[in-house]
Amino acid sequence: MSQLKTTAPVAWCPGCGNFEIMNSFIAVLEDMRNEGFPLENIIMVSGIGNHGKIVDYVQINSFNSIHGRAIPTAEAIKLANPDTKVVCFVGDGDTYAEGLEHLLFAAKRNIDITVVVHNNRTYALATAQFTPTTQQAYKASTMPYGAKESPFNPLELLLVSGATFIARGYPVKKEHFRKLLKDAIAHRGFSCIDTLQVCVTFNNLYETYNKHVVEVEIDDLTNFEEALRVISSWDYRTSEVPIPIGKFFEVNRPGYEDKFTRFPPVPEDRTVELLQLLDRFI
Amino acid sequence: MQQISVLAGGKTGYGIDSAGLIISRLFSRLGYQVYMNNDYPSQIRGGHQFVIVRAATHKIAAHSDQVDVVLAFNQDALDLHQSSLKDNTLVIYDSAKVQVDGLPQSAFQGLDVGGILKAENGSPDMDRYCMIGGLCRALNIDLGLLEELLRKHDAKLWEQKMKVARQGYARTQQVTTLEQLLQPVLPVLNGCQAIGLGLLKAGLQAYVAYPMTPVSPILELFACLEPEFELQVVLPESEIAVMLMATGYAYMGVKNAVGTSGGGFSLMVEGLSLAGQAELPVVVVLGQRSGPSTGMPTYTAQADLGFVLTAGHGEFPRLIVAPGDAEEAYYWSGVALNKAWQYQLPAFILADKTLCLNHYSFDIKQAPELHEEQPVLWDGKDQYRRYRQTDNGISPLAFPPLAGQVVKTNSYVHDEFGIISEEPAVAKAATDKGLLKERYLAEELQAWETVKVYHEGVCALLCWGSNKGVCLEIAQQLGLKLIQLVVLAPFPTQALRDALQGVEQLISVEGNAKGQLAILLQQHGFQVDKQIHKYDGRPFSLEDLANAVWEALK
Ligand SMILES: Cc1ncc(C[n+]2csc(CCOP(=O)(O)OP(=O)(O)O)c2C)c(N)n1
Ligand code: SF4
Ligand SMILES: [Mg+2]
Repeated sequence: MSQLKTTAPVAWCPGCGNFEIMNSFIAVLEDMRNEGFPLENIIMVSGIGNHGKIVDYVQINSFNSIHGRAIPTAEAIKLANPDTKVVCFVGDGDTYAEGLEHLLFAAKRNIDITVVVHNNRTYALATAQFTPTTQQAYKASTMPYGAKESPFNPLELLLVSGATFIARGYPVKKEHFRKLLKDAIAHRGFSCIDTLQVCVTFNNLYETYNKHVVEVEIDDLTNFEEALRVISSWDYRTSEVPIPIGKFFEVNRPGYEDKFTRFPPVPEDRTVELLQLLDRFI
Repeated sequence: MQQISVLAGGKTGYGIDSAGLIISRLFSRLGYQVYMNNDYPSQIRGGHQFVIVRAATHKIAAHSDQVDVVLAFNQDALDLHQSSLKDNTLVIYDSAKVQVDGLPQSAFQGLDVGGILKAENGSPDMDRYCMIGGLCRALNIDLGLLEELLRKHDAKLWEQKMKVARQGYARTQQVTTLEQLLQPVLPVLNGCQAIGLGLLKAGLQAYVAYPMTPVSPILELFACLEPEFELQVVLPESEIAVMLMATGYAYMGVKNAVGTSGGGFSLMVEGLSLAGQAELPVVVVLGQRSGPSTGMPTYTAQADLGFVLTAGHGEFPRLIVAPGDAEEAYYWSGVALNKAWQYQLPAFILADKTLCLNHYSFDIKQAPELHEEQPVLWDGKDQYRRYRQTDNGISPLAFPPLAGQVVKTNSYVHDEFGIISEEPAVAKAATDKGLLKERYLAEELQAWETVKVYHEGVCALLCWGSNKGVCLEIAQQLGLKLIQLVVLAPFPTQALRDALQGVEQLISVEGNAKGQLAILLQQHGFQVDKQIHKYDGRPFSLEDLANAVWEALK
């Protein structure tokens, strides 16, 4: 295990849900390695927030992008080399607010990347403000009088945007989450896991989640209506209701990257081609 | 006759620019060097558009307000251009649409375009072929040339188009003969296309852009060449995504460029800082247009120099090149791509609407040899450190996937492995690394023509970008020296000092109101004596600049 960790000191609070996401990812990497997948073909991309620090701790290729913009970075990485597996670790503020358009467009394109949203339902590194998925009752120092708007349901948005793999996970349910993560990475096409990552410092929902999270099994994962029904059953306003976790939707569609040329291994000299091209302008 | 200017005017969206291009290519096939200025409003149909095609025996890159021929597709083409008419200007006009009462009829020839189209079963949008047929007769140009052109560039219904052209030809009288020259026939392309060719030659693999005037022709060119040149051409959801994709490609070792104008570039700026911090080579084609904000989207300006010089938070090195014509656009775009990769920094090709969308005769032999140059690559020894400290600040590159190695890049200040660090020594070293690269780049560029000098004189004009062409002609006419800055960052201090040898009066010529190049010179300890500014969205004509320089010299 330690081979896959860097020596960088970890800057997360003790008990932070990010630890289990990282451990799960490392466990999945080890599985993949044992199954013969070359780990140099995996690239982590992160946004900015506490979630984003994960790239400093895992000893594989990584790109720490900027707040909200991990996904377009990841898309170009995938296009550059379709043999790679690109996994984005992003925040709820990061990707449901600042960079929402990239998330929806990646889903629309069905580009083969995996997006793990560390949904702690707060802007943790910015010290606690409302994100698009924060519960209504949340009180933050910067918003002492409470929420002025309601959350939206990002998984509904992803479903109608064309995502081909949609799931929600709770890393405390270790085996369940690891399986989801592995499946999401294995999925060919766009996959997203809304991950209930608990921020112990600014939005400690461990107890609530432990009480209300329910694993769901959907028989026909290609059934759009069924997926919509399950996804819509929890609207993020409160956490004191049943919260479904599991795989909600999975279908196969051609990937965006398949529509692009693969770069030749050695670039060709273009002198002759270019002169021929000039002739077209005469 | 060996030199000519033709103005064609009519409604936007009805083929005025394509008429101009056909005329340019006709003149080009006669051995002339051409330049076509295209003036059109931000409106898809309607509004007034005109092109001025100028042809000469030598290289030109400027238009004249005084034209020899007007092709008037409508009344505006005549009424709005009265001041462009000389005593002997020939006007070929659509007699059903243009009133010429009270004008010197001798030089006017009406064509019943509608009648001809009807008789030949031509569609209304074939009016341009009728007028061009008339132009060919007036200048005694063989219609066979036109036929060759149409068959190559405009092949759809070309026989029909030729019928219409023959009628226009038959009903016009010859006025003069535009002589055939014994010179090579050069391709005619706009600045965007020249930029595209230069990028291709230097090894471009991917182009990412969101549509925006005046750089959209680059996107169109690459989209069309995507299979042939094994390119990836991507049009993502916004310029923010564009710049971030550029960084992703760069991380993977894919040579890429992006193209935009001021508004789109504003959205790219956060990502630009990422490229600066993470030392990712990105190349930005920035086609300036009239601002601020939406401004006048289809009109020109040179008002973003200050913006580009400092865009992005934090301090990081950059290369800015400002080509002045098609050959320079080709050459310096390739150089920008090569240097971005060798020095791992953002490079800008700073153009404007004039350079991007006007058409030029392009003589590749006039441009220096351009090749793809390779960046410094990792030697494969020991553990890979993406940001290894070296004597010149350049860390050898390696790209994933790399068996047994890890490539980490980071928008945070980072150590040699690319892992976040907030140590003061690491932070300082990271910035010093950038300064070092900038210094080495500046030193390398001293061997290049970063500042160009033309003609001799104690009084010199100073210009950058697309004003080169008009300044060259006026400097020659008035016996002035011309100094053109091609590289704007790193600032070519020594080259400019050399260029200024013997100059007693320096007059800057810029397409902005504040004299942004003059300000840049001041920052580097140079003095500009007089400044000429134009900021009405239109490029200087020869006459505009001659008048302004006379004023300045008074
Ligand atoms: C463009 C931009 N805006 C704002 C910030 C400041 N910022 C840094 S982290 C952060 C909040 C992150 O919240 P989230 O994405 O949910 O990540 P978390 O810390 O909760 O994991 C913000 C707003 C920034 N870095 N960049
Ligand atoms: S603030 Fe919250 S999310 Fe950030 S490290 Fe601490 S517990 Fe984790
Ligand atoms: Mg968060």
